[in-house]
Amino acid sequence: MSRKSSDSKTRVNRRFVLKGAAAGGAVVASEAIGGFPTVWAQNAKDITLVHAGGSYAAIKEIGEQATKDLGFKIAMQAITDDVQINRSLTQPNTIDINNIDSTKLPYLVGKGVLSSIPVAKYKLWGETVPLFTKGAYPNGQMASTQGLSPIEAMFYVDKDGKKLASKPTEFLTMIPTIYNADTLGIRPDLVGGRDKVTSWKDLLDPKYKGKTALVDYAPVGVMDVAMALEARGDFKYADKGNMTKDEIDKTIKIMIDMKKGGHFRSFWSTFDQSVNLMASGEVVIQSMWSPAVTAVRSRSIDCYYVPLKEGYRGWFVGLAPMAHLSGLKLDCAYEYMNWFNSGWQGGFIAKQGYYSAVPTTAKKFLTPEEWDYWYDGKPAAVDIKDPYGTIMEKKGATRDGGAIWDRMGNIACWNTVMDEDRYLTRRWNEFVSS
Amino acid sequence: MAMTEQAVDALLAPTAVRDAEAAAIDSGAERASWLQISPLVLVLLLFFGLPMLVVLAVSFFDFERTDIIPTFILDNYIDLFRSEVTLRLYASSLKFAAIVWLVTLVLGFNIAYFLVFHVRGVLVQIGLFLLCTVPFLTSNIIRMISWIPFLGRNGIFNQALMGAGITSRPLEFLLFSDFAVVVAYVHLFTLFMVVPIFNSMARIDKSLLEAARDAGAGRFRVVYEVVLPLSKTGIALGSIFVITLVMGDSFVVRTMSGGQSASVVSALQNEVAALQYPPAAASAVIMVIIVTLMVAGILRLVDVRKELAR
Repeated sequence: MSRKSSDSKTRVNRRFVLKGAAAGGAVVASEAIGGFPTVWAQNAKDITLVHAGGSYAAIKEIGEQATKDLGFKIAMQAITDDVQINRSLTQPNTIDINNIDSTKLPYLVGKGVLSSIPVAKYKLWGETVPLFTKGAYPNGQMASTQGLSPIEAMFYVDKDGKKLASKPTEFLTMIPTIYNADTLGIRPDLVGGRDKVTSWKDLLDPKYKGKTALVDYAPVGVMDVAMALEARGDFKYADKGNMTKDEIDKTIKIMIDMKKGGHFRSFWSTFDQSVNLMASGEVVIQSMWSPAVTAVRSRSIDCYYVPLKEGYRGWFVGLAPMAHLSGLKLDCAYEYMNWFNSGWQGGFIAKQGYYSAVPTTAKKFLTPEEWDYWYDGKPAAVDIKDPYGTIMEKKGATRDGGAIWDRMGNIACWNTVMDEDRYLTRRWNEFVSS
Repeated sequence: MAMTEQAVDALLAPTAVRDAEAAAIDSGAERASWLQISPLVLVLLLFFGLPMLVVLAVSFFDFERTDIIPTFILDNYIDLFRSEVTLRLYASSLKFAAIVWLVTLVLGFNIAYFLVFHVRGVLVQIGLFLLCTVPFLTSNIIRMISWIPFLGRNGIFNQALMGAGITSRPLEFLLFSDFAVVVAYVHLFTLFMVVPIFNSMARIDKSLLEAARDAGAGRFRVVYEVVLPLSKTGIALGSIFVITLVMGDSFVVRTMSGGQSASVVSALQNEVAALQYPPAAASAVIMVIIVTLMVAGILRLVDVRKELAR
């Protein structure tokens, strides 16, 4: 069996070399989506790639569609953050395609578990939004670099992938897939109207005492409070995404005082909890994810994802091939990653409220009305449905925050892992237990 | 949680060994006893002893962001003992353990007493006993989470109180509070008290009660001087279950307090989520020692082995 597979490997490799030479190494995968050359399709059909990531990204339907479109199998595994890092580091062979969010990179880079991606292998790089390719918005303005910004996370210094480069190189850390802008969610009916909350500082307003919640996860929870404190004018952080011990102390102290005063009603750790807190009215203002806001609204309860004047907290996710891949399997991995951003997936997750790194392809898989609603921030011309066909917004509704670059173009800080994360975890435990 | 349960097993095991030694008069019988306990010893060594040793070893390691560095440092323990958070966490866990223990004991004792001494007819007795266990056929999580809509600000209970004109505003302390945590614990763990106490009481010879009554003891004196001492084993076993379950919990405390309260294990979980294994291991080692001491204390007060052999 081993002889047979090594045979097929060399054959494919030779084919690739020939083809690569002929095509100048550029458009290796372009024809693959339309159908494989028979030889390859025969060999690839036994291949299974394990795609592991968070439940919001590693979606079963996407794996099924990929399996249908490509000549090989994709096994989707939705796992939790700590399991993902653990498996990536201690059993890297159990994952083929690692669907990582940017904040996992600091844990994984330089450990020899991820493999760098030569830009030439990714044919959609030219169509990728400039946020990832140049760190800039389409209008040319540079994006915020507080926290771990795309430009600081996308590139390796060289092929070995030992160190991140903070400027474009020929080697990618991951293929960027989805991203979004997070902010506070509110219950307009319980705070007195949509215009009552305009700034992050409202999160700490004594008015909402006993009716606020934070996510029970130190790096994000502390950053949301930091946004609020800065907006309130308490102090200015050098970098909210990489606080000093002193800044952490100052922030946690205020948080502990507020907690003792009963300001927070709850700290949520799962998506469902955040939805239920809001829907039941236990909480009227809290940090939230975009699909959670939609989930509250789908219960006919008004919930608003407020565009705040200080801007959003941004995040992004990508696919990275694992270092153990080689030969045919690696070729399939590239093939899959190219497929991933070729449109079907982008159209699917657009209906969850997330943006695709290659919106031009996603557009082909959305109706013009859907595109106008999700990407252009225009009022819905028809009822808007989620990926599973359930109506989630009535005709006439507008996306909170508006068009893609009104939202993504206004990122104040990116999700990150701080240098002082060990200290941060300790202080967070102190906060929770106080 | 599993860790503390295993700790109980480990504690019971050596006593079983001693028992076997005492019983063995000649070496042949002794060898047979050793053989009999060897499967248990093997399982314990493999699945409790070995992992515990690993945890112990890791607790002395150093770490960076993702790397565990095998050296020998005491920093993890020093951090743990220096931090007032540790004290606060143990105080909080012990507080919950004490309250829940007391409540489940009172409930458990009374329920068991009713079942054993008031219900006539074994069939009805068993029937009622099984009825007690019915809620336990559903998942722990569901039973706990169903309290949330019940106790919430706009929950059924608050609406009922306001509807009846008892309160004018919703009571906020009902949910996401220590109160909610205790309610859930009591609901989840009372059965662990009922079963062993029921078991002990069922073994009490009814003629003892009659004799006490004939000798002029009142109802409460009978309970206090006859039933209570003879149910000691059940109470001890129930207490071990309840206390170790509460001490080892993180999920109930996190969910029912809405993340407002912490327990030793929930803090440990935060460390694990941040990949900080060595301090988490140190915390686990201290936890095992403390819970073991608590269980040892209970076993010192009541000789469970002797009572069970009765």
